[in-house]
Amino acid sequence: MPTWSLVSICVLLGVAARWGVSLNPYSGAGKPPMFGDYEAQRHWQEVTHNLPVQEWYFNTTDNDLNYWGLDYPPLTAYHSWICAYIAKMINPEWVELHKSRGYESPAHKLFMRATVLVADLLIYIPAVVLYCFYLTDGSSRKKVSTLFCFLLYPGLILIDYGHFQYNGVSQGFALWGVLALGLGWDAFGSMAFSLALNYKQMELYHALPFFCYLLGKCVKLGLMGRGLLLLVRIAVTVLVSFALCWLPFLSDPGQALQVARRIFPVARGLFEDKVANTWCSLNTLIKIRSILSTDSQLYLSFACTLLAALPSSIRLLTRPTFWQFKLALANSSLAFFLFSYQVHEKSILLAALPVCLLLNDLPLVAIWFLQASTFSMLPLFLKDGLLLPYVVTSLAFLFYSIYLLSALERCSEDELRLGAYHRLFFMLPKMDLACVVRWKFYICVAAMVGLSVASVAVTPPPHLPDLFPVLVSTLAFLHFLGTFVYFHVVQFSGPPTRKSQKKMS
Amino acid sequence: MYNFRLLSVSHLLTWSRCCRCVQEQKVSRDVLSRPSFVLAVLLLFNFGLLIVDHVHFQYNGFLFGFLLLSLAKHLQSQHLQGALLFSILLNLKHIYLYVAPAYGIFLLRSYCFTEDNKDGSVRWTSFSLRRLIGLGTIVASVCAVSFGPFVMMGQLPQVLSRLFPFKRGLCHAYWAPNVWALYNVLDKSLATLGVGLKLLDETQLPRASMTGGLVQEVQHSVLPSVSPSVTLVCTLLSILPAVASIWWRPRGARGFLRCLLLCALGSFLFGWHVHEKAVLIAILPLSILAVESREDAGIFLVLTTTGHYSLFPLLFTPAELPIKVLLMLIFTIYSFTALRKLHSGRGSVLRPLEVVYLLGLVAVAIACEVLFPLLPWQQKLPFLPLLVTSVYCSLGVCYSFLRLYVSLLRREKSKQL
Repeated sequence: MPTWSLVSICVLLGVAARWGVSLNPYSGAGKPPMFGDYEAQRHWQEVTHNLPVQEWYFNTTDNDLNYWGLDYPPLTAYHSWICAYIAKMINPEWVELHKSRGYESPAHKLFMRATVLVADLLIYIPAVVLYCFYLTDGSSRKKVSTLFCFLLYPGLILIDYGHFQYNGVSQGFALWGVLALGLGWDAFGSMAFSLALNYKQMELYHALPFFCYLLGKCVKLGLMGRGLLLLVRIAVTVLVSFALCWLPFLSDPGQALQVARRIFPVARGLFEDKVANTWCSLNTLIKIRSILSTDSQLYLSFACTLLAALPSSIRLLTRPTFWQFKLALANSSLAFFLFSYQVHEKSILLAALPVCLLLNDLPLVAIWFLQASTFSMLPLFLKDGLLLPYVVTSLAFLFYSIYLLSALERCSEDELRLGAYHRLFFMLPKMDLACVVRWKFYICVAAMVGLSVASVAVTPPPHLPDLFPVLVSTLAFLHFLGTFVYFHVVQFSGPPTRKSQKKMS
Repeated sequence: MYNFRLLSVSHLLTWSRCCRCVQEQKVSRDVLSRPSFVLAVLLLFNFGLLIVDHVHFQYNGFLFGFLLLSLAKHLQSQHLQGALLFSILLNLKHIYLYVAPAYGIFLLRSYCFTEDNKDGSVRWTSFSLRRLIGLGTIVASVCAVSFGPFVMMGQLPQVLSRLFPFKRGLCHAYWAPNVWALYNVLDKSLATLGVGLKLLDETQLPRASMTGGLVQEVQHSVLPSVSPSVTLVCTLLSILPAVASIWWRPRGARGFLRCLLLCALGSFLFGWHVHEKAVLIAILPLSILAVESREDAGIFLVLTTTGHYSLFPLLFTPAELPIKVLLMLIFTIYSFTALRKLHSGRGSVLRPLEVVYLLGLVAVAIACEVLFPLLPWQQKLPFLPLLVTSVYCSLGVCYSFLRLYVSLLRREKSKQL
């Protein structure tokens, strides 16, 4: 079959899966007075459409910041403004100031879901298709398989189309950035990434590798000659795109400061709910939040994040290759997720994006991690009533990715890039690494299945009401930590060997 | 919730059986271009079956499992098992009476008569009474088990009247794409024309909007009204040549399959109160032929595309629109490219006129699903899209019916020469 038809079938299946999930309930459906993320997005449409730009981020009589105040950078606000414009054309009630609070109807749900799909079709999906076609090795069959698994990643689908957010937009821009850097269009890449940063501040998770890769490239070209020129070009691109995004807020320094204050809400604490990161997992042993003051918590987490993210970034700075870049993206976003301040469970999607990029290179670990990341959001899905789509998409993803990428066959020592590891632990008894890894994978998947079933079917004992969420987040945390260590080992063990490259092509 | 990935167990069973029957012409290493794989996908991911069962909600997958299993048994020459499965199927859903003539004649001719004359005509002396009794026992016992309790309670007439509802009108609320849809349209346009030219008096015409959504008997205004017996005669006439052909010139199980298709399509085109879903009875078995010959692949593409498109009005809420469009696109793209790959090197699968017709379908789809809701006619003529859809699709279905007949008769001629 010609490649184009396979690609179009994959894309259509991906879109169909997305739309299928979107028929399910969204977060906070029918739960007044605060509702959920769906109402937040709708409220932003209402605010941006009815108020002048100067009032968007300020607490005024018409804009109650305690009721889902805008706390994303300006690009999100512009997006809401455009959506609101269309919403007004269809039904003015949807964005009426004050009166439309908590508005819910099937038609409105359809409209909101459609906006997510349109954004995805315009930004995220083309980027995925191009990435899989230009920047993965192997036959066209292999590329199509990677594309299919990439598009079918359940976490993003469930959060965007079930829970309701626009992660596809920021992730899509970031992916365009990765794509452009991989193809050598550095200025375009930095512009795309600036847009991503201006859509969601969480894209800072990826910022360090972008910065180090571009800087490293400039240094390699020679800081006195062509490198300087490139650096200037990139810097100007970034500054111009930032300036364009912030244009309405630049006239008054107070405006810009207020936006920044809204974007980085320091006062909200080290973590909320049950997140699978270090702080929340440590919390079961040590109650950090009661020992340290808010300020010292902030400094502690900042220092830890920096310490965790630096090694991979420095490595990237000295060796700015695309392979190192992908690994550094994964490492840095995981470091941020594990150690930074005020992390949401949904932020794991930011780490999942770079891991998706590695689907073709390290299939088993990537699939393992992606499954664990979906699993880590289970309490959220249960709260939103997304159990069925969670089960179906996860099973489909596991089955198709393991089968299509032949993940279980591709886990020899060489394929896992663990040569260095073996040299390090030469005193250990010789074992069949592939077999060990495979069994670990089976056990972990079984554990995830078991915990999923338990959290649905079993009522926790009365003195431990949060038993299952804590277990879920701890198990997911162990996975994330393991992947974090593993990616570091791979990143520091040198470029992929010739032999394995030849085998793949 | 719509769960597209849950396909019934019987489905999977059938799938494995049918794949075995397809002759492997060349074992290629590429799994995607192997006929059995193509057939499996065509059957398993059949768009019509997906939307009718998993969105609209019926249990057709289970029934088609029986039908395909029974066909597979016949292809493997295990006729008694095939007959048993088919009689169970008939008692599950009587719509399969459509294909019963093909079954009856085929079993009588090829199973009960054990030998042929040299020229292929029937040798009357080879009739095996033992086989006929065997068959009869199987069918009768299945029917006895299923109808027995109702006969005991004396409710048989009531059951039968529920099964064969002749009170419900010539066409379903939404016209199935068959000959009567064309007939209705011809009648309507003649009536409008007559009124326009002042040949007819509007007040004398029976007032009935035939696509009004109500299931009722209708009166035609200009052309003679059609009664159930007329449809029965038409149906019998339409399938007679096919049935006669397998009686005079039996060509094994594949000839039987072709005849079965013609019976299904003939009843679909001329039957009384046909549901649009019934077109699946022809589409699914045709998949088996489509992977084997290029000509049948062409017919298959025309018939499936039009037949599936005619199912679109089953799902009418806006939330389901993307689903049906996406699934239809996936299935259509797959079937076109896979069949083209399968029959590559032997000319194109479709004729130019067919390509034009299928492209026209895209235009109809856009007009009905996207443009029409935006136009002011929405209030005045709410059923116009349904009418256009069924008329346009009925052209395609009739065309494939005729082509199937031509292919059957041509085979006959080539055999004689």
